[in-house]
Amino acid sequence: MDKLDQRLLNDFQRDFPLVARPYAALAESLGLTETEVLQRLERLTRNGAVSRVGAVFRPHTVGGSTLAALAAPPEELERVADLVSAYPEVNHNYQREHRLNLWFVVTAPSAEAVQAVLADISARTGLEVLDLPLLEHFHIDLGFDLKWN
Amino acid sequence: MELSDRDLALVSTLADGLPLVDRPYLAVGHMVGMSEVEVIERIKAMREAGIIRRFGVIVRHHELGFRANAMAVWDIPDAEVAALGARLGDAPEVTLCYRRPRRLPDWPYNLFCMIHGRDRATVEASIRTLISRHGLDVHPHSVLFSIRRFKQTGARYGRRLAAE
Repeated sequence: MDKLDQRLLNDFQRDFPLVARPYAALAESLGLTETEVLQRLERLTRNGAVSRVGAVFRPHTVGGSTLAALAAPPEELERVADLVSAYPEVNHNYQREHRLNLWFVVTAPSAEAVQAVLADISARTGLEVLDLPLLEHFHIDLGFDLKWN
Repeated sequence: MELSDRDLALVSTLADGLPLVDRPYLAVGHMVGMSEVEVIERIKAMREAGIIRRFGVIVRHHELGFRANAMAVWDIPDAEVAALGARLGDAPEVTLCYRRPRRLPDWPYNLFCMIHGRDRATVEASIRTLISRHGLDVHPHSVLFSIRRFKQTGARYGRRLAAE
């Protein structure tokens, strides 16, 4: 990963150009060609550094979402985690250091659909699922400073 | 701002990401039945309305060497949580900061901060800094490091078009 990759990753996390050829606009500020920018982004996407060039939406303006947690018996954690990950509505799923050891985010077109997923997971695992919806957010999303150097 | 069905299709497509082609808004327009100009105008409108909080390159922390992440949670009296949340939300160490409900007796915490770092020690140091800088030592707290990531993808909000 060279300096240009680093700038590509760090400098365009917000205010992506809304012009017909946005990658050409990036290219201009990096001193590259449009094709080179596209090739670099393809490579960075392929190796996993870039998730996507896209939008982060304000929670609950479109559809519903929640953070959920459950306490799986350690010997069943993997099976329960796979069951949870298999839902297309689950977009993050982490094991964390706590008695509540599995934490996941459920996002769906409606609040009812979110609840249906939680109820389904609870019924299929026999475990209580804690529903911890967002009540207020305090962070202005400016992207993530990668602090190169 | 009212979102039409076509807007929701646009939301869905943008959550998945812009295609890596020379005219991505034109390509997205083909998928959702809008012109290139319309796609750009709708994104602008959603950005101004605050529906889109950020539009750009979305990186994966873990793959870029930020391998440690912790969810630090506090039990803050209801009357103080908004002011404290606003301060923590602005802190450079904090990636995300939310108020969520307590679920007693299992879960007594109402303020959630996500903290990322290159390693566990860095994240622990960040949390200590937050605690001392914001006088958080008087409030019960817990730190939940992530041990394993089972899944991480973009959120799926919008409805899929039948053609997709």
